[in-house]
Amino acid sequence: MIKGILAFIGLAALWLLMSGLYKTLILIFGVLSILLTLLVLHRMDKVDGHKLGYDIGVFATVKYLIWLMVEIAKSNWAVTKIILSGNMPKKQKMFVVPVTQKSEIAQVVFANSITLTPGTITVESEDDHFIVHALDFGEGDMDALAEMDARVTAIETENAGGNQ
Amino acid sequence: MSLDVIMDIVSWIAILAGSAFMLIGAIGTLRFPDFWARVHAVSVTDSAGMLLLTLGMCIQGGFTLVTAKLVIIGVFLFITGPTATHAVANAALVSGFLPKGADKFCSEKKKLSPEVKKTKAKKRAPLKGKL
Repeated sequence: MIKGILAFIGLAALWLLMSGLYKTLILIFGVLSILLTLLVLHRMDKVDGHKLGYDIGVFATVKYLIWLMVEIAKSNWAVTKIILSGNMPKKQKMFVVPVTQKSEIAQVVFANSITLTPGTITVESEDDHFIVHALDFGEGDMDALAEMDARVTAIETENAGGNQ
Repeated sequence: MSLDVIMDIVSWIAILAGSAFMLIGAIGTLRFPDFWARVHAVSVTDSAGMLLLTLGMCIQGGFTLVTAKLVIIGVFLFITGPTATHAVANAALVSGFLPKGADKFCSEKKKLSPEVKKTKAKKRAPLKGKL
């Protein structure tokens, strides 16, 4: 019930931000559509019942995002140089990267971070390793990915992966 | 110089730089020789181009509903962009379209695929009857 009320408040806030129209008729439509969404959510929860865990700390995640932005800027510059240079110097390679996160959400964050930084793409994800494809594989790439892995593991909370 | 002019200059720098990265991503997609390299060129568009363009438009919008919507769009694209890239690359791997020198991953994939099918079937089964 508490979850439902929280979902109602969240959806209402989102709806008000998106619409920007505050007439009575439009507001009634908004409330009705939110209630319909909650009904569908409730029915789907009965069928699925899979608990989603958010085992990551908020402040740690914000700190990680700032670091990630710097990494994205750096690797964007590297890939831009490859694209614009005459002979396109690159050494493509597919390799395995070990993963140390326990919770699903942190693994998703790590996999998406790898894909988001230009030059590397997560191709396949398993429980304890990802298969990654790199555009220009260099000596320092494994260390850089290991550092990213450690930083994502650091945003997990203490009991991560416990409720899966 | 008033604050408005400074904000205008900053936002235009961001918009122009974002457009430049979009263009570079497009050039890379055309210039690179094979599928696996081209996927990488797209991620320049996905990250730098998208982020700088939304940032520039947010500054143009000021503290309005437009900016709130732009932030929501930016957050969604920040998550869905790499997910879509991953889906494309993963589809290539699963269908056996591998880059040179990566044949060892193909055997691993073949070994795995029946298991994946089995778990998917298991997850789908309980849906019947409950609805």
